[in-house]
Amino acid sequence: MRNVAIKANALVKWFGEGETKTTAVNRASFEADFGELLYIVGPSGSGKTTLLSMISGILKPNEGNVQVEGKDIWQMKSDEIADLRLHKIGFVFQDYHLFPRLTTVENVAIPLILKKMDWNKALKVALEYLDIVGLTDRAQLQPVKLSGGEQQRVAIARAIAGNPDILIFDEPTASLDGDTGRKIVEFIKTKILNTERCVIIVTHDSRIYEYADSIMKMEDGKIIGFERNTLTAL
Amino acid sequence: MSGILKIALKLLVNDKSKFIALLVGITFAVFLMIMMMSMFSGILARSSSSVYNIGAKIWVMDPAVNNATSSIPMPDYVLSTTRSINGVKYAVPVYFGNALVKLKSGAYQAVSVVGLDDATLYGRPELIEGKIEDIYSENAFFVVKDAEFKKLESPKIGTEFEINDHRGRVVGLAKVASGGLFGIPTVYTTYNRAITYIPSMRFTTSYILIEPKSEADIPFIQQRIKKLGYQALTRDQFVSKISDFYTYQTGMGLNVMMMTAISFIVGLSISGQTFYTFILENIERFGALKAIGAKGRELITMILFQASFTAMLGYGLGVGLASSLMILAKLRLPSYAAQVTYTNLIFAFFMVLIMAGVSSYIGIRKVLQIQPFDIFRG
Repeated sequence: MRNVAIKANALVKWFGEGETKTTAVNRASFEADFGELLYIVGPSGSGKTTLLSMISGILKPNEGNVQVEGKDIWQMKSDEIADLRLHKIGFVFQDYHLFPRLTTVENVAIPLILKKMDWNKALKVALEYLDIVGLTDRAQLQPVKLSGGEQQRVAIARAIAGNPDILIFDEPTASLDGDTGRKIVEFIKTKILNTERCVIIVTHDSRIYEYADSIMKMEDGKIIGFERNTLTAL
Repeated sequence: MSGILKIALKLLVNDKSKFIALLVGITFAVFLMIMMMSMFSGILARSSSSVYNIGAKIWVMDPAVNNATSSIPMPDYVLSTTRSINGVKYAVPVYFGNALVKLKSGAYQAVSVVGLDDATLYGRPELIEGKIEDIYSENAFFVVKDAEFKKLESPKIGTEFEINDHRGRVVGLAKVASGGLFGIPTVYTTYNRAITYIPSMRFTTSYILIEPKSEADIPFIQQRIKKLGYQALTRDQFVSKISDFYTYQTGMGLNVMMMTAISFIVGLSISGQTFYTFILENIERFGALKAIGAKGRELITMILFQASFTAMLGYGLGVGLASSLMILAKLRLPSYAAQVTYTNLIFAFFMVLIMAGVSSYIGIRKVLQIQPFDIFRG
């Protein structure tokens, strides 16, 4: 039996008005399950990031709704949505957005601190997550002193530190070389993904398609293909 | 300290160049504001030193008098009439004037002369050397041992000098609560000797000092003196009148106000600009925090904390720096007129709060405008 983590229903998002109106996402519907590694792929400007933002409670759609674990998130108040992101969703941004003035372990502890965990305890827990991504020895360094791959892993540790049910990666391999990119995705697949977690990756890096459980293809704001366990269709 | 504030603090202090720039801006502004206001306070306090040193409860003077050293002599009948007013316990004349003293070395030194009522010596200073009754001996003067004392070549009891071609002799050294504004030594003698030694106009009474029978009698005494065409002011009223004169009629107050305002604007510009740059550089991280789940009020708290922390630290450093400089200046120049008052501190604190508020407002506006979606879009 399927266990649906996210359900998007006829999502529409446009920007601008009148002659400048541009529809970024046009009636997009899909479902993502727990235990699933879902890729959203497509060329630049196809609406991937906009769709990702709508399903994660960051950008309000003009039409349609999003259900996270059965709850319509866009019926919630803004503070409730912020809480949902904090407790249920983890983000790994394309540019990582680590805090250069904080140490690696402090960066990882941020979601825990936002959850009001005691500072010292949060650092202790963060250290455990750094261990998961294999960077315990880098705990006291500032992110600028880490390589791109290491920064990516720190960003992953930060995303999973809050123990979210849904993890969202935006172009996780865009600024990494092929080998490092593959290792990162392999790591996500083997260490981060589990039956109680759904991972969604936005990418247009075909080198990592082999790790996907499902691939959803977008073009001009529309979902033009959705395949489970198959690569050949794309 | 909560975790979110610790993050805010680390973001702030670990960006050393900006943090130092912020601190320097605020410290410099506070330093300038405190210095300007303290110098002004010092000048005002010194300008009323005679009023404090004499210590009379009520001062009678010509209404045109606007500061203690510029008295307008009053005719004798004012003293007689004053003494006859109900509620006056006693009233005595006092003389304020200036003279030239020729010292043993042959040098001339201007002095301020205070002539005390012969019978009562009301308003006399506290003696640290000599006997009070010696003031009645021939050519006797008390010299105030203050910051200007050395200008009289540090006389001792028995030292003789010439004052307006009269012989003078030091019979006592005195101390007073506050030194004068104009940097000249002060000598005390009797009223009659003062008006004899120092060229005067037809009238000689500079002020009449009144001791009322009770506080309740003061309004009535003031009313009666007013009917004579003169003015009776309590000590506080006289001090206030002198302060008003220096503040509003000499341009000094306006200058200090302008300098304080400029200091504030400079401080505000530096701190506001630097803080804004700091926020701009971290704007994506604030956006990332929002995306992760930080609420708007948490981000506002972080920014307010950062601005307040810098402002309070800058305030402390500014006050410390200004106070240290004043202490050093007073060690070098004992007559240096500057004093840090609670009013100055509160005013500077209020100004710093405004700096923190404006800087925070700019930062908060920027941070609240950033959307997590912008972070995704890159």
